[in-house]
Amino acid sequence: MPEVVELRKVGKVYVNGPVSTPVLFDVDLSFDEGSFNSIIGASGSGKSTLLNIMGTLDRPTSGEVYVTGRRTDVMRKDEIASLRNRTIGFIFQFHYLLPEFTARENVLMPHWIGGEREVQAASAKADELLDVVGLAKVKDNLSSRMSGGQQQRTAIARALMNDPKVVLADEPTGNLDSDNTESLYKMFRNINERFGTTFVVITHDRRIAEKTDRIVGIKDGRISMDVRV
Amino acid sequence: MLPLKIALRFMRSSRAQTILVVIGISIGVSVQVFVGTLIGSLQQSLIERTIGNSPHVTVTSSLDDPVIMDSDTILAVVEDVDGLTARSVSADSPAFINEDGRTSSVLVRGWDLEAADQIYGILDNVRAGSAPSDDEVLVGIGLAEEQGIGPGDSVNLSVANGTRYAFTVAGVFDLGVSSIDDGWVITTLGSAQRMFSLGEGVTSVEFKVQDVFAADAVALEMSTLLESYPVQVDNWKDQNEQLLSGLQGQTISSLMIQVFVLAAVVIAIASVLAIKVVQKSKQIGILKAMGLTDGASSRVFLYEGLLLGLVGSVFGVVLGVSLLISFVTFATNPDGSPLIDLYLDYPFVIGSGVIAVLAAALAAVIPARKSSKLSPIEVIRNA
Repeated sequence: MPEVVELRKVGKVYVNGPVSTPVLFDVDLSFDEGSFNSIIGASGSGKSTLLNIMGTLDRPTSGEVYVTGRRTDVMRKDEIASLRNRTIGFIFQFHYLLPEFTARENVLMPHWIGGEREVQAASAKADELLDVVGLAKVKDNLSSRMSGGQQQRTAIARALMNDPKVVLADEPTGNLDSDNTESLYKMFRNINERFGTTFVVITHDRRIAEKTDRIVGIKDGRISMDVRV
Repeated sequence: MLPLKIALRFMRSSRAQTILVVIGISIGVSVQVFVGTLIGSLQQSLIERTIGNSPHVTVTSSLDDPVIMDSDTILAVVEDVDGLTARSVSADSPAFINEDGRTSSVLVRGWDLEAADQIYGILDNVRAGSAPSDDEVLVGIGLAEEQGIGPGDSVNLSVANGTRYAFTVAGVFDLGVSSIDDGWVITTLGSAQRMFSLGEGVTSVEFKVQDVFAADAVALEMSTLLESYPVQVDNWKDQNEQLLSGLQGQTISSLMIQVFVLAAVVIAIASVLAIKVVQKSKQIGILKAMGLTDGASSRVFLYEGLLLGLVGSVFGVVLGVSLLISFVTFATNPDGSPLIDLYLDYPFVIGSGVIAVLAAALAAVIPARKSSKLSPIEVIRNA
């Protein structure tokens, strides 16, 4: 199975004035297309940094990063932005919706950023996604006037808008109660099976992790565990 | 067009802030329009009053004998000089007027009235009687009051050698300039030439020019053309240096006011947008995470500056012109006429607006750069 994301000997050191903090050490890791994966680890273990490097939001200090077979750590910023727009969907612990726009407009935002022209197709797609996440009724509300669960579900629909090859989720249920958490994971699974989208989900909740196909454990900047179910 | 769309939403979501900035820009632009137009109008009416009814360029004899015998040749030589709107010859000489024991020294001016009227506008300012024919005179209103004379009266004018000539007063003029209204006696060219024994000679050739501020250039061109003639060419600018330096001082102070107002507007926009970049850094960060380029994210703030400038300028121009209209309406002389005749200089008014728009765009450059440099990871890590 082809690899959607591949890290080769990735290291990351944060430099803050005279203090340099190494966070990742020579990490080799790759994820197969269409797989459903989780990353677990204590806070400060470097799992978020790993995810951000995989998502090209952050650059590694050493090593190479490949997304859909293309090396990203040497790309120009605009190239990376375009790659991110077309192949990666992000879901963060905090929803990061634009409060100035409606739920539907937030979902359409990645499409607008990509400068795509098929207005009607995009519109239909946004409606479909909002339907999938159960927000058909509130899609024209300003995102700031929605509940926390609704906001996070909008963010999920947004992450899926441009048919990304991979969705990277950093503790997506961190702010949600257990009912919402449960239904969110069902939704992820559903999307994974329906669209073949690869998922990499960071979580500190073992019960959630155990429901995924592969669990990668991170400890002190190194891979401590890699279990395929 | 996404950056424009985002800019509009950002402006709409912080409506109070947007309105305040627009008001600030409007006030700035309206002050510019108001002060600039007012000072410009003052200057124009001052110039109008100073040289509106007088020649801009004058050719006189450069010899001891003030008589120019070949004025026709001179007029022919300068015929093709650009920008001349009126030309006239004049035969002038001092004389005394003596009625009922009161003696006044006057300047007798002999004109071809039709030509001279193009320069002096005298015929429109005849208050009583009519234009003079041969052996008739038009006297200034101040002089007429002093000497107690009016249309139909006869007056005696004596020249330097003591000879007296009798004239009939045809009319009284009022040019509104006391030195002229008190001292000029106007008659026909022929009468003056006979009275002062000038033959066919005149004492000056006078011109009006299209662009009053180019009078010195026109005069220079004329002097070059007339180099071989015993004449000198003067222009109003050389004769009114004090007025001109006064006007220049006004222009500079007006410019200073406008520059500082503009600077205040630029600083206001720049600081508001700088705060806005910080306020919206979360949004910019996530937009970049979704693939918005640095260029597009900087355009969000450039558009915002441009839009604020555009709306502010339009309101500012409207406000400034309204202020001017109310100034003309309410600031009046006791007789109800406006204190100042306003000359609305459209290029200036529109220019003020355009400059404010450009300044607003310029003010947005620093916030735009800040937005461009914002890294999505900083925003997401510091959530």
